[in-house]
Amino acid sequence: MFTRTRRPPLHDSAATAHHAAHDNPALLHHFAEESQQRNAASLGMWVFLAQEVMFFGGLFCAYLIYRLKYFGDFGAASQTLDIKLGATNTIVLIGSSLTVVFAVWAAKNGRRSMLLINLVLTLILGCAFLGIKAVEYRSKFVEHHVPDLGFHMDEPTHIPGHPDIPVNQRHAEMFFSLYFIMTGLHALHMIIGIGLFLWLLIMAWKGRYTPQYNTPVEIGGLYWHFVDLVWIYLFPLLYLIDRHP
Amino acid sequence: MFDNFPLWPEQASSVAASVDALYIFFLIVSIGMTALLYFILIFFAARYRRQPGIKATPNEGSLVLELSWSIAPMFVFVAMFLFGAVVFFQERTPPKDATEVYVVAKQWMWKLEHMEGQREINELHVPVGQNVKLIMTSQDVIHSFFVPAFRLKTDVLPGRYTIMWFRATKPGTYHLFCAEYCGTQHSGMIGSIVVMEPAQYQAWTNGGSTGPLSVEGEKLFSELGCATCHRQDAQGRGPALAGVFGRPVTLEDGRTVVADENYLRESIMDPQAKIVRGYKPVMPTFQGLVTDEQMGALVAYIKSLAPAKPADVLNKASLTAPDRAAAKGGQAR
Amino acid sequence: MSTPAAIVPAVEREDYLNKEYGVWSWLLTVDHKRIALLYLASVTFFFFIGGIFALLVRLELLTPAGDLMQADTYNKAFTMHGMVMVFFFLIPVVPAVLGNFLIPLMIGAKDLAFPRINLLSWYLYIFGGSLMVHCMLTGGVDTGWTFYTPFSTAFTNTKIIEAGLAAFMAGFSSILTGLNFIVTIHRMRAPGMTWSRLPLFVWAHYATSIIQILGTPVIAITILLVAAERLFHLGVFDPKLGGDPLLFQHLFWFYSHPAVYIMILPSMGVISELIACFSRKRIFGYNFVALSSIGIAVIGFIVWAHHMFVAGISLYAALIFSALTYLVGVPSAIKTFNWTATMYKGSIRYDAPMLYAFGFLGLFIVGGLTGLFLAALGIDVHVTDTYFVVAHFHYIMVGGTLMAYLGGIHFWWPKITGRLYPEGWARLAALIVFVGFNLTFFPQFILGYVGMPRRYYQYPPEFQVLNILSTAGATILGLGYLLPMIYLTWSMRYGKPAPDNPWHAAGLEWTVQSPPTTFNFPQEPVVTWEAYNYDEIDDVHPHEEAPVAR
Repeated sequence: MFTRTRRPPLHDSAATAHHAAHDNPALLHHFAEESQQRNAASLGMWVFLAQEVMFFGGLFCAYLIYRLKYFGDFGAASQTLDIKLGATNTIVLIGSSLTVVFAVWAAKNGRRSMLLINLVLTLILGCAFLGIKAVEYRSKFVEHHVPDLGFHMDEPTHIPGHPDIPVNQRHAEMFFSLYFIMTGLHALHMIIGIGLFLWLLIMAWKGRYTPQYNTPVEIGGLYWHFVDLVWIYLFPLLYLIDRHP
Repeated sequence: MFDNFPLWPEQASSVAASVDALYIFFLIVSIGMTALLYFILIFFAARYRRQPGIKATPNEGSLVLELSWSIAPMFVFVAMFLFGAVVFFQERTPPKDATEVYVVAKQWMWKLEHMEGQREINELHVPVGQNVKLIMTSQDVIHSFFVPAFRLKTDVLPGRYTIMWFRATKPGTYHLFCAEYCGTQHSGMIGSIVVMEPAQYQAWTNGGSTGPLSVEGEKLFSELGCATCHRQDAQGRGPALAGVFGRPVTLEDGRTVVADENYLRESIMDPQAKIVRGYKPVMPTFQGLVTDEQMGALVAYIKSLAPAKPADVLNKASLTAPDRAAAKGGQAR
Repeated sequence: MSTPAAIVPAVEREDYLNKEYGVWSWLLTVDHKRIALLYLASVTFFFFIGGIFALLVRLELLTPAGDLMQADTYNKAFTMHGMVMVFFFLIPVVPAVLGNFLIPLMIGAKDLAFPRINLLSWYLYIFGGSLMVHCMLTGGVDTGWTFYTPFSTAFTNTKIIEAGLAAFMAGFSSILTGLNFIVTIHRMRAPGMTWSRLPLFVWAHYATSIIQILGTPVIAITILLVAAERLFHLGVFDPKLGGDPLLFQHLFWFYSHPAVYIMILPSMGVISELIACFSRKRIFGYNFVALSSIGIAVIGFIVWAHHMFVAGISLYAALIFSALTYLVGVPSAIKTFNWTATMYKGSIRYDAPMLYAFGFLGLFIVGGLTGLFLAALGIDVHVTDTYFVVAHFHYIMVGGTLMAYLGGIHFWWPKITGRLYPEGWARLAALIVFVGFNLTFFPQFILGYVGMPRRYYQYPPEFQVLNILSTAGATILGLGYLLPMIYLTWSMRYGKPAPDNPWHAAGLEWTVQSPPTTFNFPQEPVVTWEAYNYDEIDDVHPHEEAPVAR
C-alpha cells in the first residue's frame, strides 16, 4: 500500500497514453498504465469495504450492548429463529463465495465459459439466499414476531435454562428490531451485489474481460466476499447465542 | 438593561470557589499563552517583514524544540487534568448525610419533592450549609438541572435516576435553568433555588406539606400490594426490604450489586432484570402503574426502612425520614 | 530581475474553463477542477442559507423576551443553522472545493483516481442539500443539529426523517470524497513525488480522508436507526421500550467528534501552504506537522465522550475521556508552534491570504485553549451546554476553518480563475471579518460562564448587554463575508488576468498555466526537489516588488 511510485518517468505522457490506449481501450485517460489503474481500483474497493465495516460495526455494537443487557430475553428470542434455514443460508453464501473465487480466476486466465458459468452460479446462490431469507421473514410475520405489527412472542415463554423466569416481551421485541435491521441491511447489500454481478455477467458475455483487464470482476468479488463475511458474523450472533443440546 | 451586567456568577455553593479557582488557573495559563504567542507573531510579522534584498533564512526544524514544545505542554495538561478531576470527584461524591430531594423533570417544568413532603414547582427551597442530594428523573425527554451559582449541572434522564449533590453557602435566590434542549419551551423551563437561613427554612418547612415523602411511599406500598410479598417477617415470596438500601445484594446468577436508587427503581419497573438469589421471579412489573413522583415516594419509603438490628454500619450515619419527622413533631429545633 | 506587472496572453489559451461551454459540459463533467467549482457554487449557497438562520437567531437574542418569533420557529432556526453549516458547509468546504481542485495538481496527476465517483459525490451532495431545503420549506426540524433521543424519536413532530436522509446523503458524499483522496494520494503521485515531498496540504487531506472513511458510516447507521425508530416505533433509544438514550449519544458523538477534525484538518493544511509562501520558507518541522495531522485523526476517534461528561456516564469513563482529550490537544499545539517558528527569519508579506492566516492563528489559539477549559471536568460541569461551548466551537470552526478557507480561496484564486482579486478590498474584508468575529463570539465566553444556556430564545435580562454586543458583531461579520462574495464574483469577469505564478509559490500547481488545462500537465512532471523549495525559488526571483498587480 505504501509503495512508492516506481514508474520510470514517461517523457511524453500524452503520446505514451495514446499508445497505451491503443493497446487497451479499457485504460482510462488519467491513468498512466494499467497496473496503476488496477491498483487504484483495488485500493478503492478495500477503502470502501473499510467504511462498510464501520457501517455494520455501529449496528453490531448496539446489538452487543443489548444482548448483554437483556441476556436471557435475547437468548429466548434467538431460539425462535430457524437454525436449519440459517445454517443452509450460511452454506449457500460460502458456496457463492467459492463460485466467485472461481469466476475471478477464470477472468484472470481468460476462461470465458468458466467465468460465465460461475457468475451464473453465484447469482443463483445469491438469489437462493434471498429466497430462504424471504421464507424466514414470512414465518416471522406469521408468528407475530415483527416489531410494531402486533408483536407477541408466544414461545418460548421463559428464559432458556431458567424455567421460572418469564420472557420480557419488550426485550424480545428489541431483539427482533435489531434482527430485522441487521439482516435487512445485509439483504440490501446482497441485492446490490446481485445487481453488480448481473452487470458483470453481461459484460463477461460481451467479452469485456481478458487476462489484461478483469479488474471489475476482481473488485466485484471483493465486495461479494465482504457481504458473505458480514453474514458469517450475523449467523452466530443472531442464531447461535443460546442453543442448548 | 445596564442595571445588572454580570461578568461573573455569584458563588453560592461549596464547590463554586474550587471551580472558580480552577477557571482562573486556566485563564492565567491561557491568557499568558495567548499573550506570548500574539507577541511573538506580531514581533515576527514586523521584524521579518519583506525587505528588498533580504532573503528568508532557511530553517528546517529542530528536534530539541519539537520535543520541548511537545513535552512541556503535556506537563501543563497533566496538571490541568488532575486539577479538573479532583474538583469533579468532589462533585460526584455525595456525602452520606445529605438530605434528599426527589426531582422529576417534564416538558417544561421542574417538580421537586422534599423528604418531609413539601412539593415545589420550579423552585427549590434549601437551608444554607446543608448537604442536599438531588435524585432526579425525567418523565419524557432528557433535561438538565443547571444552577450557575453553584457551578453544577447534571442531565436528567428518562428511565433512570441521576444524582447531583450540593451544599449552599450563601442565602439568596439563584437561577435554575434547564440546560439540555428539550423542545418548545426549553428556555422557559427555568426556576429558582431559594437558599434560606436555617430558621427561615424551618418556618417554610412547617408552612404546609402533605406529609413526609416516605409516609406517602408507605401508603403506596400497601395500596399497590407490595406488602403482600415483601413482608417484614421475611416470610413472604419477596425479600424483606428493611435495610436493603445501600447494601450489596446477591443475585441468582451469582452477581452482586449494590441496592441504590436505580436498583430499587429497576426492581419495580423491570423485576425480572435482577432476581435476588433464593427467590422466585414472580414479581409483576409496575411499569405504567407508578408515576415518577410515586416512584420517588416508594424509593424514599424503602430507604427509610431501618433494619431489624440496630448495629447497621451503613445506615447509622443518617436519621431515617420517619425518625426525623417524629423528632421534629416532638420538639422545636 | 523584474517581472512585468501582469502577463496578458496575446492569444486566449485553452484552459479547463473555456475548453467546452454549455450547461451539460458542467453538469456531466468529470474534470476535478470543474467539479471543484460546482462545489464552490453550492457550498456558497448553503453558507448563505446557514448564515441567514444565524442572523435570525442573533436578531431574536437582541432582547431578553422571545418577541421576534415563536419558540418553535426559533428552535427550528438554530437547528437549521447548525445542520446546514455542519453537514453542507463545514464538512465539505475545504476538501470538496480546494482539495478537489488542488490535490491532483499538487501531486502531479491528471485527475483524481475516480473522476466519475467525484461527480457522483457532488450529485449526492446536491441531492442531500435539496432534501434539506425542501425540509426547511415544509416545516423544518427543531431538535438541534444533535437530534438527541428520545426527543427526536418519540416526541417531536418535525421532519426528522427527511433531514436525517439529507444528512445521510451529505455523509455518503463525504465518504466518497475521502475514498477518492486516499486512493489518489496513494496511487497517483508523479514519479519522484515521495510522501516526504508532498505539500502539507496533501498530508492534511489524507488524514481528513481517514476520518471521513471510518467515522461517517457510524453517523449513517445512527441516522438509519433513528429513522427506523420513528417509522416503526422501535425502542432502540426509548427507555419506555427498554432502550437507552445514552446509546444514541455514544453513537452520535463517535462520528461527530472526529467530524470536527474533518472540519479543521484541511484548513490547517491550507495554513501550512499560506505561511510557507508568505514567509518564503519551508514549514518548520515538516515531519512533525505531517505526523501531527495523522495523530489528530487517530486520537480524535477516542475522545468522543467528552461531550457527555454530565450526561450520565460513570466517573471513571469521564476521567479517561478527559485525559485522552488533553492528549489530542498536543498535536494541535505542535502545529501552532511550528507555524509560528516558520516565520522566524522569514520574509513576510501581508497580502490578503497571509492576513487570513494571521487571523486563523489568532483565533485558533483562543479556540484551542478554550478547548482545554472544556476538557477539565470541573469546569465542563459548569460550562457545558452553555454559550461557553458555543463560543469555543465557533472560534475553531469560523475563526479557524472559515478564515483558512477564505485565505486559501484568495491564494489560489488566480490559479482557479486566471484572474487577480482586488487586493485592497481583500485586506479590508479580512480585517472586518477579524473584528466582527471577535465582537460576536468573545462576549459569548462570558455569557457562558455567567450561566446562559444554549438554545435559549428568551433569557434573564441581565444577559442582554452581552447578547447585544454579540449581535452587533454578527452584523459586522456578515458584512465582512459579503465583501468577498461581491468582489470575487466581480473579479471573475473584470479582474486583471493572472500570471501563472503570481506569488512565486512552490508547489506543482504553480508550474502550470493559470487557469490550468483540462489535463493539468502538458508533460508528466518528474519531481526531484523537496517541498517548499523557497530558498531555490527566491534565488531565481528575488522580490523587490510586488509579484501581484494591485
